[in-house]
Amino acid sequence: MPFAIAGFGCGLIFGIGLVISGMTQPAKVLGFLDVFGAWDATLAFVMAGALAVSSIGYALARRRGRPLLAPAHLWPTRKDIDAQLVIGAALFGIGWGLVGLCPGPALVNLASLSPAIALFVASMAAGMIAQDIWRRRAPSVGEVEDAALATGADG
Amino acid sequence: MSNLTPISGLIGGALIGLASALLMALTGRIAGISGIFGGLLPPASAGDKGWRLAFIAGLIVAPLLTGLAGYPLPAPQMPASWLLIVAAGLLVGVGTRVGGGCTSGHGVCGIARLSARSIAATAIFMAVAIATVAIMRHGIGG
Repeated sequence: MPFAIAGFGCGLIFGIGLVISGMTQPAKVLGFLDVFGAWDATLAFVMAGALAVSSIGYALARRRGRPLLAPAHLWPTRKDIDAQLVIGAALFGIGWGLVGLCPGPALVNLASLSPAIALFVASMAAGMIAQDIWRRRAPSVGEVEDAALATGADG
Repeated sequence: MSNLTPISGLIGGALIGLASALLMALTGRIAGISGIFGGLLPPASAGDKGWRLAFIAGLIVAPLLTGLAGYPLPAPQMPASWLLIVAAGLLVGVGTRVGGGCTSGHGVCGIARLSARSIAATAIFMAVAIATVAIMRHGIGG
């Protein structure tokens, strides 16, 4: 139970951060990605603020040895830059650029009760499910990370 | 659209960073939203669904609190084409699964731990997203 409460609290703070930063608004994210138009650099400030705090927090967590509520930190272990990473990041980049939504802001926006947001989240879930089914049927592709999918992925 | 809001951006970003650091310090987990959400879905759903559901509930409840504090969630501006929304959602779902993360997992958490994989992934999805917007809005290179 404390584990779930910690999850809820962190999700809450994360979501508040997304709303305050303005990054739940797809139009504002597209404004950052539109470097050839009227560029809105806000997303860079959001990244800077996030990285300043998270890098210090991660360094402290590492020094402390183990998390408060679990036996060990589940740091991602992979180091190689493979074709899967490149292709996956590129596909995600196209989807992100088409609408201006990535998973976090999409989920926060569910609170708006917008049918368009619900459609996006349902499509995103369908894409994830389809990808996992396909990966299981074609074990030659990416079978190494399949076992560690839920915990060994980078994020 | 050029309404730069650097202060609220920095404050909001710092809260995102704080949430990521706290999640690691408390539960030992990476705050990658695509991974947390994906772990709830079949067929690869993870055994630890409780905290994942709780985290996502926190994300959805957040706008209620910000609304009470005078920062209501702005109505999201979405494209009119439902086909475009479905295509974008599918690409984000498949892409984050294949690439092992999204803006939070690679962009914030991965770069914070100086992961070469995450730095590469972030550079790629940023560049591709910028190119996509350039083609969609200005027809550049398309």
